Amino acid sequence: MQFLDFEKPLEELHNQMNKLKEMSAKNQVDVSATVRELETSIEKTREKIYTNLTPWQRVQLSRHPERPYTLYYIEKIFSNFTELYGDRQVKDDKAMVGGMAELDGMPVMVMGQQKGVNTKMRQLRNFGMANPEGYRKALRLMKMAEKFNRPIVTLIDTPGAYPGLEAEERGQGEAIARNLFEMVNLKVPVICIIIGEGASGGALGIGIGDKVVMLENTWYTVISPESCSSILWRSWNFKEKAAEQLKLTSEDMKGFNLVDDVLPEPVGGAHAKPEEMAAIIKTYLLGALANLNKLSPEQRIDQRIEKFSKMGFYDEVAE
Amino acid sequence: MASTWFRRIKKGILTDTREKKETPDGLWHKCPECKTTNTTQELANHYYVCPKCNYHNRINAAEYFPMLFDNDEYELLFENIVPKDKLGFIDLKPYDARLKDAQKSTGLKDAMSVGAGMINGNGLVIACMNFNFIGGSMGSVVGEKISRGIDYAIEHKLPFMIISKSGGARMMESAFSLMQMAKTSAKLTRLAKAGLPYISFMTDPTTGGVTASYAMLGDINIAEPKALIGFAGPRVIKETIKKDLPSGFQRSEFLLEHGFLDFIVERQNLKQKLSTVIEWYMKGK
Repeated sequence: MQFLDFEKPLEELHNQMNKLKEMSAKNQVDVSATVRELETSIEKTREKIYTNLTPWQRVQLSRHPERPYTLYYIEKIFSNFTELYGDRQVKDDKAMVGGMAELDGMPVMVMGQQKGVNTKMRQLRNFGMANPEGYRKALRLMKMAEKFNRPIVTLIDTPGAYPGLEAEERGQGEAIARNLFEMVNLKVPVICIIIGEGASGGALGIGIGDKVVMLENTWYTVISPESCSSILWRSWNFKEKAAEQLKLTSEDMKGFNLVDDVLPEPVGGAHAKPEEMAAIIKTYLLGALANLNKLSPEQRIDQRIEKFSKMGFYDEVAE
Repeated sequence: MASTWFRRIKKGILTDTREKKETPDGLWHKCPECKTTNTTQELANHYYVCPKCNYHNRINAAEYFPMLFDNDEYELLFENIVPKDKLGFIDLKPYDARLKDAQKSTGLKDAMSVGAGMINGNGLVIACMNFNFIGGSMGSVVGEKISRGIDYAIEHKLPFMIISKSGGARMMESAFSLMQMAKTSAKLTRLAKAGLPYISFMTDPTTGGVTASYAMLGDINIAEPKALIGFAGPRVIKETIKKDLPSGFQRSEFLLEHGFLDFIVERQNLKQKLSTVIEWYMKGK
């Protein structure tokens, strides 16, 4: 188990527990009463920590190394997943995965950014930072889903679109822009779920949907707190402050009506009980798709345009 | 000893800034590229392009509109839409104060001006970004004015053009600025359905969220010579790949070469070229 800095009290209790168990095994004494006490104390401490998370702590949680990634959820929530590769132009982007799947027997197209689970895989997955071909692969799959009248589910988890030389040569900006434009017009239902990091255009590039949803401990905004700190404060030391100022938590985003729903995470975060998290997402998807299927394609598209058109704050004054 | 002739007696620049001998502001202009000096009047008569090296100086709506609209006649639209600091964002300075300072120094309300008028006899709506207003950053007002500009174009059956010049999203509006990418792209689908052309004109610089939304979505994407156009900024890319970037990287000519621009147009030819294109789109409609 890996603990974040703000989980220190939890880590200590866990260490105590381990020592106790070791001791009891060695000396064959009954410690079950103490174990139960410790367990209660762990639960209480966890709850206490998790009811008062700061924005920066939520950012840390969204990046927890044990947090479930896209392929985990695909495997747990859907069945008969057939991964489809390539953008048909340049290559296959390993930072963006997707394919055909079934949700309780209903054929859907599912896709999302994929982070690596260990050092080697992290490199292969480019830390979940897609290149233009990733966005173009995603669009290819969406268009296929539209052609065969299958709903689309996107799972968003990225520290941003990759800022590389080849990415620019192949039109990173164009690839994201094209996805925004095309996703607005998709005739089939589209549900987008932020499962980890929702960083800027790289997240939005697969984030235009009838329902845009955040898991409780994720963040979604225009820039990472670190980069924001470096640009606006001209120092890397103000990331906590930047995280507060950016109002990037699921609670803030729902309050601003910039996302449609927030899905609660198990206490301790999605990584504490990943199967429970997957079940929560599945239940949501089934309900939301049932509702979206009642609308005509034209209604869905109109509502999508209206929803995004309303986003923004300004005053109107007498000229 | 000859060498002492060249030895500095006092080190450093000792002239106080106040005592520096400078020509009065606004009379002369020194080209940042070739250092040639011209009077500002000469420069203005030459489309703010250096007569010697063809450097296109950065200009804003106040210069583009008179240059493009016939007889300098146009209507400024949606000037009643003004920014506000809903988030109460504070970095080294409150966003509210930044807005007030920018409004004071530019005389503008925000980084977007929308004008409607005629260009060689054809109607056109132009949304032009102002780089002098907080780096031309894209916030809610920019998005809303584009959105209304599109509604206006649809209502009056006019072609629509955006002149982009921006460092990208306005961080002080956080996710609201991000969503302007979605909002403007969504509205552009309505323009497309109405069968009206959208011309995206990119000028120096066009980066970040602006590139990743409306700037790259034109029926034609065109640019001024040597404009910096990209998604990630050159500094970020350099830090990421830890290599020097090739010369000309992310400039208009580079984008043309890689297939992302329809053509590059010099400012003195812009109006003529635009009317030719608009004529093609709108003839008989």
